Amino acid sequence: MWKKAYEWLDERLGLNDLYKNLLDRPEPTGTWWNTLGSASLFLFILQGVTGIFLMVYYTPSPDHAYDSINYIMNGVAFGWLIRGIHHWGATLMVLVVFIHMIRVFVTASFKYPRELTWLVGIGLFILTLGMGFTGYLLPWNQQSYWATTVGTQIAGSVPFIGDFILKALRGGPDLSALTLQRFFAAHVWMLPAALAGLIGVHLYLIIKHGESHFPSRQD
Amino acid sequence: MPEEDISRRGFFIAVAGVVGGIIGVVLGVPAIAYLLDPAFQSSAKDSWISIGKLADMPVGKPYPFSFAIVEVNGWERTSTSHGGFVLRKSDNPNDLIIFNSRCTHLACTVNWHADAQAFICPCHDGKFSVDGTVLAGPPPRALDRYTDFRLTNDGTLEIYYKES
Repeated sequence: MWKKAYEWLDERLGLNDLYKNLLDRPEPTGTWWNTLGSASLFLFILQGVTGIFLMVYYTPSPDHAYDSINYIMNGVAFGWLIRGIHHWGATLMVLVVFIHMIRVFVTASFKYPRELTWLVGIGLFILTLGMGFTGYLLPWNQQSYWATTVGTQIAGSVPFIGDFILKALRGGPDLSALTLQRFFAAHVWMLPAALAGLIGVHLYLIIKHGESHFPSRQD
Repeated sequence: MPEEDISRRGFFIAVAGVVGGIIGVVLGVPAIAYLLDPAFQSSAKDSWISIGKLADMPVGKPYPFSFAIVEVNGWERTSTSHGGFVLRKSDNPNDLIIFNSRCTHLACTVNWHADAQAFICPCHDGKFSVDGTVLAGPPPRALDRYTDFRLTNDGTLEIYYKES
């Protein structure tokens, strides 16, 4: 019965082809270093899911942002767990994506025909850092407030257009409700949407070209 | 395929499935509890509220009191003010009426006017007698009363507040 139902679905959705091309594709003999890309993808999904859950109780207003996080930590069942995973997952994601990048560089996997995979990967790394930077402000405590003050000042030190960049990032000359709101928008929609799109391209290229062999002694 | 002939690949698929399932349950159950948490909180909004010492309340003259109910919803607090009058009819501690000072017409707060010997509403001149019945004006019925009250051991009068 189940077999028949599966066959009916497979004929229409192509499940077997999907499985063969996505999960059962041939790979060069690898090591655990080859798993870092999948680990990054898993962390991205984990951050997405826990982030959506946090948004159920979080509010990005200077009056209530801190209180709402306090409520998540102390008032909601398992709120500490969801936020804890998001908090540590963020740190871990930056770390894993960075190590993944180092691995690709060291094994020279960025060479022909994978140059674009590498370039898209650089975009993914920058977006991941952007997620970290914008997410850091959202608790709206002393630490995040001053970290963002300093961070945006650094961006503002660019010659000639620095002042414009600073005001664009902060939504005005000072850190304010506008800053919190635009960092929130960037953190929950703009950057994740860009990340998801680029991850799609990155994965397509990996499936198209396959993973690279590690260079041998002769290379 | 006999049990002992399980392939390396089959073994890894099975292990990945089992480990993934365990992780899914361990994270999934807290996630559902997290989402539904507000539905599990008790929604009772009633409590005993102290409105003053009985000894301070004169016999025969309405004694005003007020209190605030603070409602906490997550990170937000809403405070609503309530008030009323205690009318002791005799020295007997149970022989008293506790009025709600909300006018029964449009919910303005009525005041006791000793010269008129009446509760008068400032909004539309509703007038209530000392026992709460309507004397004049638009109010459709007598002043509401807090009917549940008790006296604590140290002589404090408490009323039972229930959100209506």
